Amino acid sequence: MMEQVSSTRVRKGKDKIALWLVCIFSFIAMIPLFLILWDVVSKGYKNFNLRLFTEVTPSSMDALLARVNNEPIPGGILNGITGTLLIVGMAILFSVPLGLSIGIYLADNQNKRFAKVVSYLTDLLQGMPSIVIGIIAYAWVVKPLGSYSALAGSVALTIMMLPMIVRSTEETLKMLPGAYKEAGLALGSSYTNVVFKVLLPSGFGGIFTGILLAISRVMGETAPLMLTALGASVVNWHVLEPTSAIPLLIWDFYNDPNLVDLVWSSSLLLLIVIFLLNWIAKTVARKWKV
Amino acid sequence: MKPILELKNLSVSYTPGKNAVDDVTTDIYPNTITAIMGPSGCGKSTLLRAINRMHDLYPHIRTTGEILLKGKNVLEMDAMKVRRLVGMVFQQPNPFPTMSIYDNVLAGYSLNGIRLKRREKDEIVEQSLKSVALWDEVKDVMSKRGSFLSGGQQQRLCIARTLAMRPEVLLMDEPTSALDPISTNKIEELLLELKKQFTIIVVTHNMSQAARISDNSMFMYLGELIEHGNTTQMFTKPKNKRTEEYLTGVFG
Amino acid sequence: MKDKLFRFVLFFAALMILLLSAGIIYSLVSRSLDTFNEYGVWGFISNAEWDPRKATEEYGALSFIVGTLYTAFFALLICIPFSLSVALFNGEYFKGTKVASAVSSVVDLLAGIPSIVFGLWGFYSVRPIVIALGVNAQGFGIFLSSIVLAIMIIPYASSLSTEFISMVPNNMKEGAYSLGATRLEVIRRISFPTASSGIVAAYILALGRALGETMAVTMLIGNTDRIPSGLRGTGNTMASVIANQFGEADGLKLSSLIAIGLILFIITAIINLIAKMVMKRLSKV
Repeated sequence: MMEQVSSTRVRKGKDKIALWLVCIFSFIAMIPLFLILWDVVSKGYKNFNLRLFTEVTPSSMDALLARVNNEPIPGGILNGITGTLLIVGMAILFSVPLGLSIGIYLADNQNKRFAKVVSYLTDLLQGMPSIVIGIIAYAWVVKPLGSYSALAGSVALTIMMLPMIVRSTEETLKMLPGAYKEAGLALGSSYTNVVFKVLLPSGFGGIFTGILLAISRVMGETAPLMLTALGASVVNWHVLEPTSAIPLLIWDFYNDPNLVDLVWSSSLLLLIVIFLLNWIAKTVARKWKV
Repeated sequence: MKPILELKNLSVSYTPGKNAVDDVTTDIYPNTITAIMGPSGCGKSTLLRAINRMHDLYPHIRTTGEILLKGKNVLEMDAMKVRRLVGMVFQQPNPFPTMSIYDNVLAGYSLNGIRLKRREKDEIVEQSLKSVALWDEVKDVMSKRGSFLSGGQQQRLCIARTLAMRPEVLLMDEPTSALDPISTNKIEELLLELKKQFTIIVVTHNMSQAARISDNSMFMYLGELIEHGNTTQMFTKPKNKRTEEYLTGVFG
Repeated sequence: MKDKLFRFVLFFAALMILLLSAGIIYSLVSRSLDTFNEYGVWGFISNAEWDPRKATEEYGALSFIVGTLYTAFFALLICIPFSLSVALFNGEYFKGTKVASAVSSVVDLLAGIPSIVFGLWGFYSVRPIVIALGVNAQGFGIFLSSIVLAIMIIPYASSLSTEFISMVPNNMKEGAYSLGATRLEVIRRISFPTASSGIVAAYILALGRALGETMAVTMLIGNTDRIPSGLRGTGNTMASVIANQFGEADGLKLSSLIAIGLILFIITAIINLIAKMVMKRLSKV
């Protein structure tokens, strides 16, 4: 038996090789992030100026002329910034109250059959491809109203954000000790007051983090907006009119050789906003840990 | 008689400058059961885990001194070899949930990449399970998962798994604290049987258990070995005041 | 009284999820009926022809179904060694260390990058490499989109796998070590078998992501309406053909695109259901 054990050296060798492979592959897996960041920053910083925030997208013709004369691109992405604010803002307005309510309901009725069905459907919605959600918003809003609109875009983003907010709310509330609720009720407080004065404040960190992450996730969504908000070359605050958004502009710039210089600076802006949201979410999660 | 295990100035620290086991020197003789007692946090498990180099798994733990197994320093040997020579049974029964009962007994062999013939396997399994008095209970359900057994059976399976490797010394870290009284009783009887072939060191916080099964007892306090001697003598006439206080329930 | 109203509001909100799901299925089905009436369900799925010219109009989904499965599975294959390594790095070898939390932060950031930025990066930085490798002349195709897709799903596959690998009880691993096993042997014989259901579920969910990914694939796959000729070939996925052609579509074409959306929806729903069932089995063990 002990002779067979003499392969110890081989086994230790294998053990070491495995550790090295794991380290090397993990290292390689991290490289794309830095390559992407490098691409976006190094190509985007040139046009990352005040103009980007104050002027709307130039026409392809003006951009071409500027290019021929070796001038910087005459315009920015103000229409995209306002559009994103409008569309995402509305989506927050729709999805947060609804998502919180559903999350509270699910956390409180875990064993009801109806809650289980709702919980399963929430998973289903969460796994739904964003392009299909685009189709739905098209069918529900664009078709009946006869026009592409910011509203349609925000409906699509609402459907995307909803399951994420429901899940994070439900999960956070489930982690709170049951005694919180009982203590509140034992003091003679109403259920409504317990929810608003005890449960939601105690779970604030987790819930708020979930909302921020949901916002950052839909911020860069392009496909559903192509089918719903469509895009516009002017600043539009009217919810029933076609509206642009930063990711939609990136798509336009990518497809227009004259405007392609703006593609990286808009991506840079988008990444900054998304990473900032992620960072705030992480900080909040750490500070208000349940 | 020559000791099978000699601890010389053994210290273990989790954080630098603070010894969880502090300068322990003592001998352990073959075919005896030694009980290590002491209040929780006194370093008894830490001492035990040093003997089969479990501390190597956690890089921040430092072990100094010498542990001689039949004259050879365990701390300078290959850790994997040490762990085969010095078996260990844990507080929580931990049969591998993805393996059958049969494979659990042979886990030491398969994990070490040792290939056995079918006949050898059957023989080892039967012998090991018989030596923990589990054979009759499980011989018809060999292909079932180990996690289906009761807690006491699981712990005996874990002992069988360790015995299958024919270790020199058997370490047990509170092996019955997660079990009911009947299972505990069975395991205690088993240990008395096993000491004919093995040397056993068992950490326990149960004084009457130590009194029932052990030949020798060690009393540890704040990382130091306060007293080590014949169990009967220690329980009737402890040499040290703190041992006496612990045994009479003043603290612990 | 106030409580009753409040509870009703909560219940009604939960009911909205039910209505939403029912509405989604209803809308997808009713708006793709034209196509299914024209070709039959199986006829539409099994036909590889996609010809939008008015005179010879004919629509079938097979090319895109094949293109989707092709890219998604190839991406999954590429992603496995990397995400598994990250999972072992964070959940086993360097569990709880600062290095591990740095690695997981980096990988998490990857998940935050929008699909369209991945597409840009793939177009401007990965495509030249694919051309230099001699895969094909333009660089576009299954190969390019699968590579970028693989990078996109690494965070999803690895974060869940990490969770399950780090959940393997320590006393189980110590038991194996105490018998003389090396770390690799503990991983192979104890950690992997114990966490297997969870790891499998993680990869099924990652596959679901890959199937529905739209923008990056649309920008990189070459957008040809044929069954891809192979890894080097171009094609379209279900998601990319919708993104590409929805804007100008009407009549039967629109209905066919929505039908493709319905099929995609059903496939991802089934994938999610399977993942959920696998995880449920895990919680029973």
